[in-house]
Amino acid sequence: MSKQDFRTALGRARGLGSAHHGVNAFIIERGTSVALVPLCLWAVYAAIKVAPLGYESAVLLLRQPVNAILALLLVGVSFTHMRVGLKVVIEDYIETPLAKIAALMLNSAVCWLGWAVSSFAILWVAFVGGPVH
Amino acid sequence: MADATTTGKVGGSKPLSPHMQIWRWHVTMAASIFTRATGIALYAGALIAAGWFTALMLGPDAYGCYVGLLGSLLGKLVMFGLTISIFYHLAAGLRHLAFDMGAGFQPRTANMTAVGCFAFAVVASLVVWFLAWQTGGLH
Repeated sequence: MSKQDFRTALGRARGLGSAHHGVNAFIIERGTSVALVPLCLWAVYAAIKVAPLGYESAVLLLRQPVNAILALLLVGVSFTHMRVGLKVVIEDYIETPLAKIAALMLNSAVCWLGWAVSSFAILWVAFVGGPVH
Repeated sequence: MADATTTGKVGGSKPLSPHMQIWRWHVTMAASIFTRATGIALYAGALIAAGWFTALMLGPDAYGCYVGLLGSLLGKLVMFGLTISIFYHLAAGLRHLAFDMGAGFQPRTANMTAVGCFAFAVVASLVVWFLAWQTGGLH
């Protein structure tokens, strides 16, 4: 507070309270965590199943509609959960406003990009099957 | 008693928050730290999975190279760490969902569920790697 601040106490306090939309992130984090319980168990099962297979068999496995749909759900829900989860970690540990905003933007960019690339790759394998040329 | 504002010392007679070095290590604290640490590890894990889908899209050469990397000694070490992380974070997540509903805060219960999360992570990971070994996924 500088000497030139002529605002009233009420004027200074306004806008410093809750943003009134934090509950959204809270609900997203919990909702996605519930969805990730079965999805992660499926992911581990799928990883064991795909580990001994070669390229052709792995493609055939991901071409099965059930596997493609579950893989799309897995990456969609995971990257959402990660974005909201790491946002909390960043807000907890990075205090410098500029560094915090940069870290939050980087986190969102990585998560959206990871989601888009993974989803495109899954859909490509499911519909086209062969390698991209 | 000296007034904290007049002694000039930081903290004065006020109680200071305990520091890591003098703070008694307990299991609920480890459980909390591990939840966050495994969450961050799984962030890297999701990017590794994204890389796997991309390699599968790019073709046999890229896929072979990527799987070779994952199957190396370092790759296996990372994958085992991720297996521990996925199961720990899963159990800890369920524990926190119970906390969100107001259950499991009794010190005895909180301690027991924390130990349970660690035990589940280790046992489930060993079972999964045994199954992977049995089905020929570790060669």
